[in-house]
Amino acid sequence: MIQLETREQTSRAAVVVAPLTAIAFTLAVCGLLVLWAGAPVARSFAALLEGGFGSRFALTETLTRATPLILTGLAAAVAFRARFFNIGAEGQLYLGALAAVAVGGLHGGAGFAWPLPLLFIAMMAAAMLAGAAWLAIAAVLRTRLAVDEVVTTLLLNFVVLLFVSWMLDGPMKDPAAMGWPQSVALNPALELSKLIERSRLHSGLPTAVAAAALLWAMLKFTAFGFEMRAVGANREAARFAGIPVNMTVIKTALISGALAGLAGAVEVAGRTSYVTLDMSPGYGYAGIVVAMLAALNPLGVVLAAVFIAGMFVGADSMSRAVTVPTYVADVIVAVSLLAMLVAAQLVRYRVRWRT
Amino acid sequence: MFADLWQIVASDAFWIATLRIGTPLIFGVLGVLLCERAGVLNLGIEGIMVAGAFAGWFAVYLGASLWTGVAVAALTGAAFGLLHGVLTVPLGLSQHVAGLGITLAATSISYFAYRVSFPKLTEPPRIAPFAELDFLDPVPVLGPILGAQTALTILALTLVPLTGYVLYRTPLGLAIRMVGENPAAAETAGISVTATRIGAIAAGSALMGVAGSFLTLAAFNAFFFNMVNGRGWICVALVVFASWRPGKALLGALLFAAFDAAQLRLQQSSIGTAIPYQWWLMLPYLLSIAALVLVARKAAYPQALMKPYRRGER
Repeated sequence: MIQLETREQTSRAAVVVAPLTAIAFTLAVCGLLVLWAGAPVARSFAALLEGGFGSRFALTETLTRATPLILTGLAAAVAFRARFFNIGAEGQLYLGALAAVAVGGLHGGAGFAWPLPLLFIAMMAAAMLAGAAWLAIAAVLRTRLAVDEVVTTLLLNFVVLLFVSWMLDGPMKDPAAMGWPQSVALNPALELSKLIERSRLHSGLPTAVAAAALLWAMLKFTAFGFEMRAVGANREAARFAGIPVNMTVIKTALISGALAGLAGAVEVAGRTSYVTLDMSPGYGYAGIVVAMLAALNPLGVVLAAVFIAGMFVGADSMSRAVTVPTYVADVIVAVSLLAMLVAAQLVRYRVRWRT
Repeated sequence: MFADLWQIVASDAFWIATLRIGTPLIFGVLGVLLCERAGVLNLGIEGIMVAGAFAGWFAVYLGASLWTGVAVAALTGAAFGLLHGVLTVPLGLSQHVAGLGITLAATSISYFAYRVSFPKLTEPPRIAPFAELDFLDPVPVLGPILGAQTALTILALTLVPLTGYVLYRTPLGLAIRMVGENPAAAETAGISVTATRIGAIAAGSALMGVAGSFLTLAAFNAFFFNMVNGRGWICVALVVFASWRPGKALLGALLFAAFDAAQLRLQQSSIGTAIPYQWWLMLPYLLSIAALVLVARKAAYPQALMKPYRRGER
């Protein structure tokens, strides 16, 4: 019989060793997969690292990929902090992207006829509002009718993708795309500026990092941040202490949805300039992994997002160099999530075998 | 509109489609039901269905019989279930996050395995799927409908009363329900909470694996990416709608399937084509949410659902 006992004190060594063990375990699993694919292990790992972090091009690509991941990671982290399980960041991201194009791309391709700075702000605000409003549905169902938000947010993702598919077929169809399902493009004047020449890295990255810092400060220093953590730690105790639990959950959901919506706008304005049905390779779901790897710490989210993005970019170039399917990156992400969770649990608890 | 609907519902084809669409849902809902009755949420279902669909199909592709394929799918499901069980029961990880992790892992490993096995393919390789049960055709009334199904549908329909019998009429079922309602009391009665929960999750996950294999071994004859397409999540919603009872689970799965079959046919009707097909396809997901909203207030969740159990802790 296995039992968990809370450790009296967590050893400093364990805090360092546990995540390293988790990473080693993940790499071992990844090595087995590479062997299965019949590729040389050492060269594949080298190609993975090289492709993700090894050159100027690799680094800028990784950081470009990390940008939406930071935002969806923050969306998950902030919601999970209040124990509100928003699994719908994928859908909120797409709605944010659609809203951004609706404000800044329709109406003859120029967006609303407003002064440019105002139009830019309106575009970002619309994206955040769209994400927040969409998640608010699940939050209200949760607080008013006790409907589990995990299932609703998951199911609503499918609804959004169909909605996007319809928009790309109809109201927001790009007539010049020759039947390719893609939306009209954003007004080029609204695109985010590039950070470095000859790269795709754009000013969405500093925006995302600033959002992380802001969220960190909010959680740490504001009364609302405290309420949020209290609601997440123990709903009953929080209610007893006079914290408006339902309101806190709804506000948290609004922030979380807004962050995911912003991720969509940043992708459109920084990288794609129009909406397609495959603009996100699962950023919403990967955001949950990012948040968990970061132990729900907003600053940790930035690092975790760079790690995950590096794995994806690296896997792409690895599959070109040696014949290993790119899905190896998804396996790495999933296994590292599970291994990291186990490691964190073992730091806090001791496993005892009892008869 | 109503004339169209009546014409649809009166046809055998509609009921044949309902049972076909319903079969994986019946397996899936029963799987979720077993896990949750033992007190553990299993969001791994979506990925476990993918893994079952792939593993079962791959076994048959390599030359195994169809039933061996189903068994392989069940074992694959059970293996992921065991992992979920170890993570959530003795280790007490968040059931939400561990389940999502299982879904990510099972899905990505299946896709990886498919790509490794078939690196350069444009056309997915096919197998000979389960045959229809033509010998049932002469049966009055139900014959034409059951005769167009495969043996897996009959298996799903048989599993409903069987699950009910095990849960409500056997000591094992009592143990499963006890660890889901009051683990401390179960332990006092000499039941191992850890073993019972892990066992129930493995069994439930085996059913999820079979649910996936129905897609590749009976509904279609090949493995496609994204073929599970949210069916797992729908099962998680349906089990709440069914208030964790096998009979109602069957009813919920068939109601949902009937609705899905109807919308697929209405799409082709005179009025249906006037509405964009995407709106029709949204309906099943919205219906699942509506079903949740309908019952959520009075849903009698298993009392210990999502609460990890530690001996001596209250």
